[in-house]
Amino acid sequence: MEQRFKRLLRRHGLVVAFLVFLAGVAFNADAFLTPGNILDVLRQVSITGMMAVGVTFVVLTGRLDLSVGSLLTLLTVIVVDQHNVAGPFPAIVMTLIAGLCIGAFNGLLVGFVGLNALIVTLAMLSFLQGLVLFYSGGSNVNVENAQDTWFAVFGRGEFLGLPLPVILFLVGAVIAGLVLQFTTFGRRVYGVGGNETASIFSGIDARWTVFWTYVISGFTTGVAAIIMGSRVMGAQNTIGQGYELTVLAGVILGGTSLLGGSGSIWRTVIGISMLGFIQNGLLLLGFPYYVQWLVTWAVIIVAVWIDLGAKRGRIFA
Amino acid sequence: MSHTSTVTTDRSPALAALSWLLRNHIWVFLALTIIVFSLASPYFLTLNNLGNILTQGAFIGILAIGMTMVMIDGEIDLSVGAVLALASALAIGLQDHMGVWPAVFLGLMSGAALGFLNGSLVALSGMHSFIVTLGGLIGIRGLVFVYTGENALMVPDFSYTEIPEIYLGPVSLTAIIFFGLALLFQWVLSSTRHGRETYAVGDNIEAAHDAGINVKRHKIINFTLCGTLAAVCGILLSMRLGTAEPNAGRIWELWTIIAVVLGGTRLQGGFGSLWMTIGGVLTLAVLRNGLRLLNTPNYVELMVMGSVLILALVLDKILNRREAT
Repeated sequence: MEQRFKRLLRRHGLVVAFLVFLAGVAFNADAFLTPGNILDVLRQVSITGMMAVGVTFVVLTGRLDLSVGSLLTLLTVIVVDQHNVAGPFPAIVMTLIAGLCIGAFNGLLVGFVGLNALIVTLAMLSFLQGLVLFYSGGSNVNVENAQDTWFAVFGRGEFLGLPLPVILFLVGAVIAGLVLQFTTFGRRVYGVGGNETASIFSGIDARWTVFWTYVISGFTTGVAAIIMGSRVMGAQNTIGQGYELTVLAGVILGGTSLLGGSGSIWRTVIGISMLGFIQNGLLLLGFPYYVQWLVTWAVIIVAVWIDLGAKRGRIFA
Repeated sequence: MSHTSTVTTDRSPALAALSWLLRNHIWVFLALTIIVFSLASPYFLTLNNLGNILTQGAFIGILAIGMTMVMIDGEIDLSVGAVLALASALAIGLQDHMGVWPAVFLGLMSGAALGFLNGSLVALSGMHSFIVTLGGLIGIRGLVFVYTGENALMVPDFSYTEIPEIYLGPVSLTAIIFFGLALLFQWVLSSTRHGRETYAVGDNIEAAHDAGINVKRHKIINFTLCGTLAAVCGILLSMRLGTAEPNAGRIWELWTIIAVVLGGTRLQGGFGSLWMTIGGVLTLAVLRNGLRLLNTPNYVELMVMGSVLILALVLDKILNRREAT
C-alpha cells in the first residue's frame, strides 16, 4: 500500500501538488471553484491549449516550434481581414490553408533540409512578424459587421452549456491523443523522438514524420487563430506575441520531454490548464498581474526537476 | 597518384584561401552587405554612420559574448533580455536610495546572481538549459514588471546619461567596451584553461568529465559570465536612454542568438569563437542600419533577418558537407 502510494506520488506528484494548490486557493477565494470561473479559465486556455496540442507533436519528435506565436498573430490578422473581404467561410478556409502551408514550410526546412529546429522557427518568428506588418500595413484590423455574423460562434458561442472554444480544444485534444496512441503515424512520432537513428533503421521515414508534425502544429495554430479572431472580433499586430512561450511552458509543465519520445497530449492538456488555473488563482487572491510570471518560473523549474529526478531515481544530476 | 598530388600542391594556396573563406563566410557576407549598402545609400559609408553602427551593434554584441561562451558549452541562455531589463531597472531605480555607483554595482550583481542561479539549476538538476532559461525569461521579466510597478523609471539626475559619452574618434565608449570584452573573452577561450575546457565540455561532455574537468562548476561559471554581461549591457542601455522600461530588451535574446549563429558558432556546442561572433554582430548591425538608412518599412527588417538566418543555416549545411567530403 505504502509502496503503491509512493509510486503514485512519484509518477503524478505534479498533479497532487496542483490539487493542493487548487484546494489552497479555493479555501481563500470563494469564487475560485465555481462552475462559472472554471469555465472562464478553460475558455482562456482554449487558445494556447489548441496550439499546445499541435506543438506537442513537434516536441515529441525532439524538435521545437517557436514560430507559433507569430503565426497566431498572422493567421488572426488574416482571418479577421478576409472576413471583411470574402466572408466568414472563405476566411476560415484560407486561414487553415495558410497555417498548413507555413507549417509545411517549417517542416520542409527542419525535416528535409535538416536544419536546426530552434533556429529555423526562431527565424520564422521574426519573418512571420514581418509578414504580419506587411499584410496589415501596421494598422489593427476589426471585423466590420460584428453584430450580424455567425463567425462569433467560435470564440463566444456555447453548446450544451459549454463554451464552444473549450469544446473545440477538448475535441482537438482527444483526436490528437487518439492519433498519437492508436495510429501508425503516432507510433512513428514516438519512434523518431525516442531514437531517430533506430527509427530510420526500422524503416520509418523520419523526414516525413517530422514534416507532418509541423503541418499539424500549423493547423492547430490556425484553429487557435479562428477562436482568437472570433473572440476578439479584431486583431492587433502583436496579438500573439509571447504565446510561443506560454505554449512551450504548458507542454514542458505537463512533463513532455524536450528531448522527444516521451510525453502525451493529456499531459499537455493538464500542463496548460494548470498554468491557466495558477494564473487565475493568483489574480483571485489579489496578487499583482505579473506575479503569475514569477510563479510560472518557479512551477516550471520545480515540476521539470521533480519529473526528471523521479525518472533518474535521485534529485541531483 | 603522384599526378593528383602535384595538382593539389599547385592549388594549395588557393584551396587554403578558399577553405578559410568557407569557414569564415560571415566576413565575406559582411563585406558584401557593406558594399551593397555603400552603393545604395550615400550616407552609409560615412565615419559618423560607421561609428553609429558600432554603438548600435555593441548592445547585442555584449549579450552575444556571453551567449557564445554558453553556446560553445552546448547550452543556451534565453533569459539575457530579461536580465538586462532587471539590471537596467535596478541601476536607475536604486539611485534615489544609494547614489549612482552603488546602484550600478547592484545592477551588475543582479545579473551575476541570476546567471549563477541559471547555471546552478542547469548543473545541479541536469535539466536542459533551454527549459531553465525559458522559465527565467518569463519569471525575471515578471520580476522587472513587479519591481518597476509596470512604469518606466526615470533617472533622477541626467548627468548619468553622460557617463558613456566618451568618444575615440567616431567610436563610442559602449563600442570600445564591447570590443574590449570580446577580445578579453577571445583570449580566455583560446589561451586559458577555462577556454579549452569550454570547447571540451561542448564537444563531448562525458569525455570532458572523464578527463577530470569539473563540468558543473565550469557551466556555472559560464552562465554567471553570461548573466553578468547581460547586466553590463542593461546598465549601458540605461545610461544611453536615461530611463528603464520594463519592456527593455524584449526579444533581444532572439537577436543575440541570431547574431551568434550567423557568425557560425554551433548550437550543438564545441565549435565557435568570438571572432565569428564579432562578425555576426557587425553583420546584423550593418543590415539593420543599412535598411533603416534606405527608409525601408519595419517589416522588411524582420523579414530580411528571418531570411538571412535561414540562408546562413543552409549555407553552413552545404559548406560543411563539402568540407567533410
